[in-house]
Amino acid sequence: MIHALRKEMLLQWRTRAQFMAVLVFGASSLLLFSFAVGPNAEMLRQFSAGFMWLGLLLSSTLTLAESFHAEMENRAMEGLLLLPTSPRVIYYGKALANWFQLVLLGCALFPVMVVLYDAGTTDLLRLFLVICLGTAGLSAPGTMYAAMTAQVKSKQTLLPLLLFPLIVPALLASVKATSLIVLGDPMQQLGPWIRLLAAFDAIYWSLCGLLFGRVVEE
Amino acid sequence: MNRRVVPGIVLLAIGAYFGFVVTLATFNGITGLGFGIPTGLQATIAALCAVGGALYFLSIDDVGDSTTPAAWLAGAGIVCFAIGSYIGLFVAPPEQFMGEVQRIMYVHVPSAWCALLAMTIAFASAVLFLLGNDWKWDARMEGSIEVGVVLAFLLCCQGAIWAKPTWGVWWDWDPRLTTTAVLLFAFLGILALRRFVDDPVKRGIWSAVATIIAYVDVPIVYFSVRWWNSLHQQQSNPGTVSRQFWLPLRANAFGILFLMVAFIMLRARISALRLKTELAPPPLAEAQLGEAV
Repeated sequence: MIHALRKEMLLQWRTRAQFMAVLVFGASSLLLFSFAVGPNAEMLRQFSAGFMWLGLLLSSTLTLAESFHAEMENRAMEGLLLLPTSPRVIYYGKALANWFQLVLLGCALFPVMVVLYDAGTTDLLRLFLVICLGTAGLSAPGTMYAAMTAQVKSKQTLLPLLLFPLIVPALLASVKATSLIVLGDPMQQLGPWIRLLAAFDAIYWSLCGLLFGRVVEE
Repeated sequence: MNRRVVPGIVLLAIGAYFGFVVTLATFNGITGLGFGIPTGLQATIAALCAVGGALYFLSIDDVGDSTTPAAWLAGAGIVCFAIGSYIGLFVAPPEQFMGEVQRIMYVHVPSAWCALLAMTIAFASAVLFLLGNDWKWDARMEGSIEVGVVLAFLLCCQGAIWAKPTWGVWWDWDPRLTTTAVLLFAFLGILALRRFVDDPVKRGIWSAVATIIAYVDVPIVYFSVRWWNSLHQQQSNPGTVSRQFWLPLRANAFGILFLMVAFIMLRARISALRLKTELAPPPLAEAQLGEAV
């Protein structure tokens, strides 16, 4: 497991230029969202959390689709499966690495949101918790679907098509929780949303790990 | 005729008899045909027999052989749907507040039940396919996802038609509406996945895995959207709805149920036949091999 994670991290470190490209993509999509609303500062502040998570979601499809790219070259996936471990280990290694990358992406997009939409907060610890839980919800099913769509002809269309409907609850809860942190939480509603996110993560991290063995078997 | 269809026909016949008795008791006041069983229980028996009969037909169907059971079931469905629609449109009284518009409920609510049931059948087929590797379940899964998607789409359209005059908007971000839309897109995605994968083994396993993942999502979407926003009317049950209203509702529900199961059976048969040609060696291979040797 540690070795699988280490391999993925090394792979990501060696392709860090790609991470920068995804980050720029996310930031530019945040810039574009503001044109959809118009230069109304108050409104942009209201919607800031939604924009940030949509930006993160759109960029996440790029990183997730890339995550199995290396395994498809020279049939590296078969080599991995021949290792004396269960495919579950490969899955969790990949999912953790994707999660880590998405957390980084979320932390990097947040300052962009602060600057563009004037929606900052000092409660960074809770914000970090929400980013961690929300991106975990994207990464678990995302890695699973990436493993399938990487082997298919039109993978760029198919991954979002499968992933977007599925992560609706995670997106909803993350947006709500982030906007409660940024805009204030007079009714103490943050707790239930974080619990919902945690439940979503728990379900999909276990379910996808359980099913992954069947997906990659030859 | 195949002897295995007999229990299914008996179940459907019992269901039809009690349905008929309940209809007479409700609209014509004729009682005494129900062997002294209370009307509520009669209706329950009819419902259980109908659902049991339909699922029995689905389970004995060996996809690929004969279309006769599906045809019989579709016939029963059309009859039930015609009776339910007739009662719903011409016999049942209009609703007090919504008036004639409310009559769309007689197709809307059964569509919702059946869409969810079709997805549940797809989920069960996916689990059974992964456990047993029987291609029959792959074919059934494809059939039920497709029928479920059609029903969910119809459900969204009917909902919009009903929502405009009563709520004043076509669409609302209510838990049940949103969940249906998410369900529709999730299962459309699975159908797209099936289209793009050429290897039948991978296609079967992947779409089964995707079906399980998507199905598990349904309750989570429902509860998350419910926390987020709500306007849809509360769920009704036979206790809060007059029998004159739920009778056409039930009849239509059976009609759509039978039609749905029949469509799933026919669609599964097409999938199974397609799979057979896919798995069979191409007809030219042997001739070419002979020339080469």
